[in-house]
Amino acid sequence: MAPLRKLLDKIAPLFEEGGKYAKLYPLYEAADSFLFTPGKRAQGAVHVRDGMDIKRLMVTVVIALLPCTIWAMVNTGWQQMAADSAHSVAFAAGLKASWQTALGLGALAFLPVYAVTIAVGGLFEAIFATVRKHEINEGFLVTSMLFPLILPPDMPLWMVGVGIAFGVVIGKEVFGGTGMNVLNPALTGRIFLFFAYPSYMSGSVWRILPEGGAVDGVTGATALGELVGHGDVAQLGYSWSDYFWGLVPGSMGETSAFCCLLGAAFLIFTKVGSWRIMTSCVLGLTAMTLLMNALSAGGSTEAIQGFLAMGPEWHLVLGGFAFGTVFMATDPVSAAQTDRGRWIYGFLIGALTPIVRVINPAYPEGVMLAIIFMNVFAPTIDYYVVKANIRRREARLGV
Amino acid sequence: MNKATKAILVDPLHVKNPITLQVLGICSALAVTTKVETSLVMSAALTFVLVLSNFSISVLRNKIPGSVRIITQLSIIASLVIVADQILQAYFYDVSKELTVFVGLIITNCIVMGRAEAFAMANPPGKSALDGLSNAIGYSWILIVVGLFRELLGSGEILGRTVFATTAEGGWYVPNGLMVLSPSAFFIIGMIIWVQRTLTPDMNEEA
Repeated sequence: MAPLRKLLDKIAPLFEEGGKYAKLYPLYEAADSFLFTPGKRAQGAVHVRDGMDIKRLMVTVVIALLPCTIWAMVNTGWQQMAADSAHSVAFAAGLKASWQTALGLGALAFLPVYAVTIAVGGLFEAIFATVRKHEINEGFLVTSMLFPLILPPDMPLWMVGVGIAFGVVIGKEVFGGTGMNVLNPALTGRIFLFFAYPSYMSGSVWRILPEGGAVDGVTGATALGELVGHGDVAQLGYSWSDYFWGLVPGSMGETSAFCCLLGAAFLIFTKVGSWRIMTSCVLGLTAMTLLMNALSAGGSTEAIQGFLAMGPEWHLVLGGFAFGTVFMATDPVSAAQTDRGRWIYGFLIGALTPIVRVINPAYPEGVMLAIIFMNVFAPTIDYYVVKANIRRREARLGV
Repeated sequence: MNKATKAILVDPLHVKNPITLQVLGICSALAVTTKVETSLVMSAALTFVLVLSNFSISVLRNKIPGSVRIITQLSIIASLVIVADQILQAYFYDVSKELTVFVGLIITNCIVMGRAEAFAMANPPGKSALDGLSNAIGYSWILIVVGLFRELLGSGEILGRTVFATTAEGGWYVPNGLMVLSPSAFFIIGMIIWVQRTLTPDMNEEA
């Protein structure tokens, strides 16, 4: 590491005030603080509770995302093998024997998307940081990790670029950058793609095929896309445990509820993610699903009745609910900030999810819309929680 | 041209723009801007109504009793809107069908009422007509810009003529479905506001 440090120190004067590239200082600063612990120390009296800073916070989330990311590659490759006759031998041998092939194929699908996300998103981050003279910070590491994981593997790369650009600029930078964003930037980018190019995001995943694949553009409908049609989980062709472990078609990183649970455990253990939000999301989803089950006879067609009657254990593992709950709803900036507010916020996300999934067939994935919707309401929830607290304390004091 | 007249003429285009600064007339700006054509026709209808209503209200301003002035203004505006609507239905039937109720809703367009109350009631007819015209242009250019972006990005066309050949027709452009939905106008208007306020920091509210 020493030579690297020396190099950075050597070029530092170029970027500092009066230097040749002073305008690009944020770029230098970003490179420096990604690689090394910043040398800045607080001046004067401070109350340090913990060494937790934005860098450690974000890196913790990235570590929590690792199981999902690795699984994203394995599963994407696996789905591709299932669709492609060239890999039928390896596929027949089972995942245990051929997981390396799957990982390799999946990496070929995932890494370009990730690279485009980093390049385009990073470019916009750098432009804003340079113009506004603030630092590029580690928040983008998380956004750029989340974004590819919630995209279907066959997303055209230019769309990935457009999506992350929208997410970073409209989701974050227009509001003033990291810490000021009302919405989760990665989710904003996905929502943009969802409404702009619905045919690429409508609940069907086209397995990508390498050159010369026997079949061309096989569609693997995701469970939610399919359930809108017939409403019967028995017809899905995958079992509950397939959905739990994640060996199913879907957006890259969200298929495995198990990997999300691993991430959740890590986030809760390190106190980076709010267990209140995660718990109340699950509670909200369960409560709303049970209510729907009770009312399922009222559905107008058999498909809707079947979908309404689907138990909460299915809703928990299908689609992006687990991923959204663990990594998106708990975004420390766009979520509610008060403990009581977090319960309400999470519960409403959970409750809205099955409503969108089941009752609006045009939008197969409910959790994304539910989270964005509640992001918008989070400040309002906090406001009333704080107000209620003031009123309660006033009453106690008899003011 | 003296300074006051110049201010009447120029301010509504930029620093006092009815849409981007006063945030009036947003409803129609979202609803009719899917295409340039509808934006243009809507702009023409509003220009017609706004200039004439400002002029007529200004002519009558000393005769209108204060206690019934709103209803008087409204009846003038409503008559003009009906005239505009009838003309559109007679000569531009297709466009008028696309605009649906939004021509009729010019009656409730805050810009028209706002200019009548704020300007025409206190100024001579010539100036009032000028004020109506410049506000209508301020409204129109935003509508047309929004319409341009939405039609171009949403369907690859401008005024119905293909600019970007879409994939459905064998071209390269994948139409952006968001641009066809009304909320996209919010993004575009928001970005126009962003650009305006960056160029003219005076437009920012005090923090």
